[in-house]
Formats: sequence, structure tokens, C-alpha cells
Amino acid sequence: MTDAMLEVRNLTTTFGHGRLTAVNDVSFTVRPGEVLGLVGESGSGKSVTLRSIMRLTPESGAVAGQVLWRGRDVLKMTASDLRRVRGGQISMIFQEPMTALNPVLPVFVQIEENLRAHTDLDRGARAARARELMDLVGIPDAARRLREYPHQFSGGMRQRVMIAIGLASNPKLLLADEPTTALDVTIQDQILKLILDLRDQLAMSVVLVTHDLGVVAATCDRMAVMYAGRIVETGTVAQVFAQPNHAYTRGLLGSVPHAGTERSMLLSIEGTPPPLGALPAGCAFHPRCDFATAPCRTTLPVLEDIAPDRSVACFNRAAVLAAGSPI
Amino acid sequence: MSDTAAPRARMILPRPLIIGGAILLASVVVGLFPALFAPFDPNAFDYGALLQAPSWAHPMGTDNFGRDVLSRVIHAYTIDMQIAVFATIVPFVFGTIIGALVGYAGGWAEALFGRIVDAVITFPFLVLVIAIVSVLGPGLVNMYIAVGVVGWVFYARIIAAEIKVQKRLDYADAGRAMGYTHLRIIFRHLLPNAITPAIVYWMTDMALAILLGSSLGYLGLGAQPPAAEWGVQIADGKNFMATAWWISVFPGLAIVLTGLGFSLTGDGLAEVLRTKR
Repeated sequence: MTDAMLEVRNLTTTFGHGRLTAVNDVSFTVRPGEVLGLVGESGSGKSVTLRSIMRLTPESGAVAGQVLWRGRDVLKMTASDLRRVRGGQISMIFQEPMTALNPVLPVFVQIEENLRAHTDLDRGARAARARELMDLVGIPDAARRLREYPHQFSGGMRQRVMIAIGLASNPKLLLADEPTTALDVTIQDQILKLILDLRDQLAMSVVLVTHDLGVVAATCDRMAVMYAGRIVETGTVAQVFAQPNHAYTRGLLGSVPHAGTERSMLLSIEGTPPPLGALPAGCAFHPRCDFATAPCRTTLPVLEDIAPDRSVACFNRAAVLAAGSPI
Repeated sequence: MSDTAAPRARMILPRPLIIGGAILLASVVVGLFPALFAPFDPNAFDYGALLQAPSWAHPMGTDNFGRDVLSRVIHAYTIDMQIAVFATIVPFVFGTIIGALVGYAGGWAEALFGRIVDAVITFPFLVLVIAIVSVLGPGLVNMYIAVGVVGWVFYARIIAAEIKVQKRLDYADAGRAMGYTHLRIIFRHLLPNAITPAIVYWMTDMALAILLGSSLGYLGLGAQPPAAEWGVQIADGKNFMATAWWISVFPGLAIVLTGLGFSLTGDGLAEVLRTKR
């Protein structure tokens, strides 16, 4: 697709000399101004996918495939080109704002550092930009708070600081790794709203990794569901919520409590995700699947396009579709 | 301060730091200007006052040449404080840099470093230093070289272990995600978070350096007589231990007091520098 900002092709990340495959043949695109949700349980490979895009996997990890950023493969970039893209064009924010900030440097120094690395602003302009960023992410009393250290901020405020640092040089893509998981529910909402507002103001794209379908429904345009390192279903959020085509997606949707006119049983998916070192043959989800049939146990279903921007990897998608959305 | 401003975190200095700092400050002042405090010339012989016990005229007595022990102890501050700093500053700086690089790089660099550590810690430190000094020849400068050759390993080991912990934390990844260079991440981000144990060890090490300097002085491999140096003084007095104990005991107490100053400062610093999260 030509209009993609970021195009991930056949991304495969293995650990321990290929013994563990954390991300398996993952492909997706992100368009300008779009928020893409990457959803899955713990261990489904969503965070590793994000880190692989930025080449931030631990040394034991090997990344194959292509990560095309504006047509250039990030995985093949030289170290200096990579440094220009990281933080300047693509930024990343982390799950734990408590540990993602350097505890011994004042906030101002940490914001200014990004500006110094990626912009030509002089000293005065950097200071002005830092105050502007604090206002942008909704931290009052910017002049004073810039002098403070991370431990003087609350969790939500730290995440705002993290976002301010990430956005300092006007990146075109924000990779957010469960940015609200460690925060209180009320603060979660504020941070998500902030990310959406900033997306609009700065015309950037966002890839949001989360295990929370509520967050996806509230913020994302499109979503990709991951299971055991593979994408099993993609589509717009409205399409996937209304008509889940994969049994796993349906199970996930069924396990979200929702307000309705009548009380219904909360579905849960039996069992736990398989260990990455011992995936079952065929579809990795089949041991936990209510719809599983003979081919599921032997053959791996491929991700098929069923409509533009809509794909699914399930042999029994007709049956799943007929069962309807649990929401 | 206005009511709306958040209460400024008042720095309450821990008592060990205050006491230790006071001892060290006094030691440095005495070491810089010994002539202001010493009642006599430390090297002036007085054959009319040999081996005199402590008295009002000579509060710490005199030695077998009639030299005033107090004056010699005071003048020794100059050399012994120098030993404390010069014997440790190079190992501290060099060891910190090497440790930071090795801890961050991991892999073969770390494996090689591990072998060097093994080789060095197999030998008792003093034996190794004596061996090197006896090759280079006695004297303070050669002692600094000998200590420097061996001593950096201990700092490097401390820093490498800390950096290995710090580099796995999210803020290190955040730095990489921000596009910063490795050197910037190591020295700007990780090292300030990792250096506290090394600074605390440095304080202890300065006390150990004085002991080492005194030991070598005692053995005749460090400061050379007639220089006023505590170890040399203790050695001077060893033959008179039964009859004129003051020649050796007062320099010994000076070592203890200075060592206490460094240790208390180290403890206090450890408390102050503990990272807030």
C-alpha cells in the first residue's frame, strides 16, 4: 500500500538462536493520522512487535522481515540513520512511567536532551519549547515543574512527562506500549484523551499496544488481534467489535464486562496461552477453541483478506460469524 | 517561601556525614598549612630532649633524635592526605570508565574483564603492590603507580555490576528509543544512577590507602625517612616500643582518626545519595 507511513512485512522475532518465536510473520500498515490498536493477552508478542520495530529487542533476539518507514527499512538502517529516526520521527512511550524516566535528571534536562539530539533550536528556543510541551501535555505551572525530578511527579504526571519527551521533536509516529496499564482508571482516561488530542494537533499516527479492549474501543481506528505471536484478525474497530471472525477475538470480546439492558454471563476463554517454546500443531488457539474442527489441529490457517482492510486467520470463521458478537 | 509553593525538600544531613566531614575538613586544613599548627620544626634534632615522655612542652613526647612527635604527626598530614587522594583518584576515575563500558557492552568484553578480576583478586592486594613497588623502586610516586595498576579493578567491578542492572531498566530503553548514542546513554543516564556505591567505596578506599601508604612507609617502600609520615614514624618507634610508646602510638591514633573520618563520610554519603524513586 502506497499511502502507509509504516509498513511492517513478515516481521519475525526469535530468541535463543531461533528456539522461541515471539513474533511470527506479522504484517500490518499504519497510515497517516491513524490509531492502530495491537491487542492480545500477555505473551502474545504485541510488546515484542513494538520493540522489534524500533530495534529495541534484547541482544539475544533476532529480527527478520521488513519494517518500512516511509519506504526505508528500519531493520537495515545504519546506526546513525537509526538514531535520527528514533526519537525524531518515531517515538515510543512505555508501560511503567515510574521506571522509564531517569531518576537523577530534572525533567527539563530530559526534554531538552531530545530537542538537542533532533532539532537545531538554540538554548532559549529549547527552553521555550520545553515549557510549550509541558502545557501541551497538560502539566500546570510548567516553569517550576520543569526544574523538578521525576520522583516529585505522580504516576499520571510522569506519563505526561514521558509523552512530552517523546513528542519534543514532533515525531510522525508514536509507539505506545500499554501506556495506561500502570495508571488509575481515571488517569488512564485522561492520558488516552491526551494521546488522541495530540494525534489530531500534531497529525501523527499512533500504534497502541494494549490488552484492554475498552481502551481499543475508546481510542483506535483499526485493530489487529494477536495470539501466540501471530496476527489472527484485523479490521476497523467497528467491524471487529460488531462481527468478530476469529474465535479468539470473539472470546476476548465476550470477556469484557459491558453495560447492557439485560444481565448476561461473562464469557471467559478457558486455559492459558501456550508457551512459545511448545506451540500446538495447526492453529495455536485450537486447544482453547469452542469452534475447533479437524483441520485446526493439523494445519495452520493463513491470514486471509476477506475485505479491504479486513483479514482473518480461521478455518471456521463462518461458524464464528454465525454465533454473533457477544457485545 | 509562599504558601502555595510545595515544601522544599530540606536537606537534613546525616550525622555521620557531619562528623566525618568535620574530621576530613580539619585534616585537609592541617595538611595544607602544617606550619601553622606545629609547635616545632618536624625534622629539628634536639639532643637535649631525647625520648621525652609527653609533657606540656612536648604534648606527644619526643623521639630518639629529640624531634617533637606532635609536630611530626601534624606535618605527616600533608603526605598522608596526599596519599589518600592520589593513590585512589586514578583507580576511581579509570575504573569507573572501564566498568561502565564493560557493564554496558557485556559479551566478550565482560568475559575478558572477568578474567582480569580473577587474576587480580587471587593475589592479596598488599603483596601485589609490594611486588610492583619493589620492581619500580621505593618512593611515593611508584607507590601511586602500583596502587593504580591494581586498584582500578575493584571500582570497575562495582560499576560494571551496577550498570548491568541499570541498563535493563526502562529508562535505558527509553534513551535508546529517543535516538541517543550509546556513550550518551552510558555516561549521561546510566552512570549517575550507578556511581553511588563506587563513591562510598572510594571513601573507604582512601582510608585503606592511608593504611597502605603507612604500611609501605613502615616497610621502607613508601615515603622515605626522614619525611614525616605516619607509617615511617611508627617504624621509627618500633625499637623503643617498651620504653617510649608515644613515638608509635600517636601516629597510629592519627591514622585511626583519619580513617574514621573517611568511613563516616562514606556512610553519610551513602545515605544522602540513595536514589529517590
